[in-house]
Amino acid sequence: MKKYTFTEKKDTRSGFGAGMHVLGQQNPNVVALCADLVGSLKLEPFIKENPDRFVQCGISEANMIGVSAGLTIGGKIPFATTFANFATGRVYDQIRQSVAYSNKNVKICASHAGLTLGEDGATHQILEDLGMMKMLPGMTVINPCDYNQTKAATIAIADYEGPVYLRFGRPVIPVFTDADQKFEIGKAWMVNEGTDVSIFATGHMVWEAIQAGEQLEAEGINAEIINIHTIKPLDEEAILKSVEKTGCAVTAEEHNRLGGLGDSVAQVLVKNKLVPQEYVAVNDSFGESGTPAQLMEKYGLTAKDIVAAAKRAIARKQ
Amino acid sequence: MEIEKLEKVASQVRRDIVRMVHGCQSGHPGGSLGCTEILVALYFEQMKLKEENGKPVFDMNGEGEDLFFLSNGHISPVWYSVLAHRGYFEKSELATFRKLDSRLQGHPTTHEHLEGIRIASGSLGQGMSAAIGSALAKKLNKDDRSVFVLMGDGEQQEGQVWEAAMFAPHHEVDNLIAIIDLNGQQIDGPTLKVMNNRDLGKKYEAFGWEVISIEEGNDMAAVVKGLYEAKSRLGHGRPIMILLHTGMGFGVDYMMGTHKWHGTAPNDDQLAVALAQLEETLGDY
Repeated sequence: MKKYTFTEKKDTRSGFGAGMHVLGQQNPNVVALCADLVGSLKLEPFIKENPDRFVQCGISEANMIGVSAGLTIGGKIPFATTFANFATGRVYDQIRQSVAYSNKNVKICASHAGLTLGEDGATHQILEDLGMMKMLPGMTVINPCDYNQTKAATIAIADYEGPVYLRFGRPVIPVFTDADQKFEIGKAWMVNEGTDVSIFATGHMVWEAIQAGEQLEAEGINAEIINIHTIKPLDEEAILKSVEKTGCAVTAEEHNRLGGLGDSVAQVLVKNKLVPQEYVAVNDSFGESGTPAQLMEKYGLTAKDIVAAAKRAIARKQ
Repeated sequence: MEIEKLEKVASQVRRDIVRMVHGCQSGHPGGSLGCTEILVALYFEQMKLKEENGKPVFDMNGEGEDLFFLSNGHISPVWYSVLAHRGYFEKSELATFRKLDSRLQGHPTTHEHLEGIRIASGSLGQGMSAAIGSALAKKLNKDDRSVFVLMGDGEQQEGQVWEAAMFAPHHEVDNLIAIIDLNGQQIDGPTLKVMNNRDLGKKYEAFGWEVISIEEGNDMAAVVKGLYEAKSRLGHGRPIMILLHTGMGFGVDYMMGTHKWHGTAPNDDQLAVALAQLEETLGDY
């Protein structure tokens, strides 16, 4: 099994900010928009170098989505940024009509997704965003796993023509992927090959899955771990190839178990290859205040929970 | 174009509107009839459009041309008719309005690649934001043409409109002319009763807009004059708002001054009465 180590911890939102900094220098059509959360989205380096290509929208997310859609009509590539809750649920109809149905080249970039936003509590901890965004026809949905991958994904989506939802978060987590990686939209990343169980993880849960893999190995279980950074379009081939070998699956996501990665994988399995699947996800509830670590523990989103789910899945194999 | 010629176009557009809505027994004739003068004036007189051999050439980015956005998308019949007569697509296609496999969807969309349309509208309150975005793009692209957007007065009840209203003056979007169709009617009745907008002019002025009024929004000469007046005020740091006073259902006597024809189609007899009041000037589709 491949060992993953890290020398530093960083937040994925800083990966986004770093990606925007690069895009500001490389792509003159990239425009950044923000709804009064410039510091949280780490946009300062972009704004400093490209003040004319930054649009402060104030606390008006609906208008920000519409202005973004309009900017594409002049050939611009708008990156509309705010917290995930305000970037999706609050403006669902604006995204649906002005962006997705109109097929506008808008990049909706959402920080502070999921429980790991922490102390602000459930009002800000959206756990339904992946579901809402993946249901929109034509929307690409990406949830990278660490700082480097978020930076690479940010740069990659500027070259892709079409609406994208890019989800990232607030807590500092290990940086374990390559700094110079090329991000391929829709192409799952094989973290570790294995034979006994397939663990499909996304976002912050990928590091948890790696740790779970090590714990499982110590118990003689050989887990395959795959990073599904693109929820839509889903890499069905990679999923099926993996379960053909392992015969069972675990999905891990910082999201409601309804409508997220787990359901996307389940659809693929039901249609093509029926194998047992166990969900590691929030059990159809809202979050609450607490530290990120406390919340991940309480809501069952840790390496320990993935280990337990893997054992359940293996036990259900016939 | 001379006022008389514009009026002739308007008469044909009105015939198209009632025939289209009658043809599929659905759609919104009232607001469409009320906004006929403004759309004809914009497309046949005021807006600079990209053209080849006298016909408009559509490209999504619209660089170097004036752009129009329809925020109250339910008045699609008037827009479709004007686009067809202006030459964006064959007027025979108007017969497909709201029918299966048509590019002329109930509410305008880019999804079917209909020439002339740059964003979907229908869910209200979103068009001005998009227009502002395209106006900002023009500024970034050093494109000195302007952007027009039409909204309904009932639509002013949507919160997003006021987010956009605050944004445009703050960012000095002075290449934008917004127009409100003040017909005083919405689905459930007179706007005064459903949700009183009170003084929209004062509201927009307080938000930092330059506000002008066209009192006779169904008088072609008055509409053209008002548009010239609005254009003369562009480029001075403030967005322009035109309060366009129209009559819902204007041009068909039994549809005028009531909300009842907001979203109702005429039957065969009613169609005949309407067409008798509207001269066929450019040939029916």
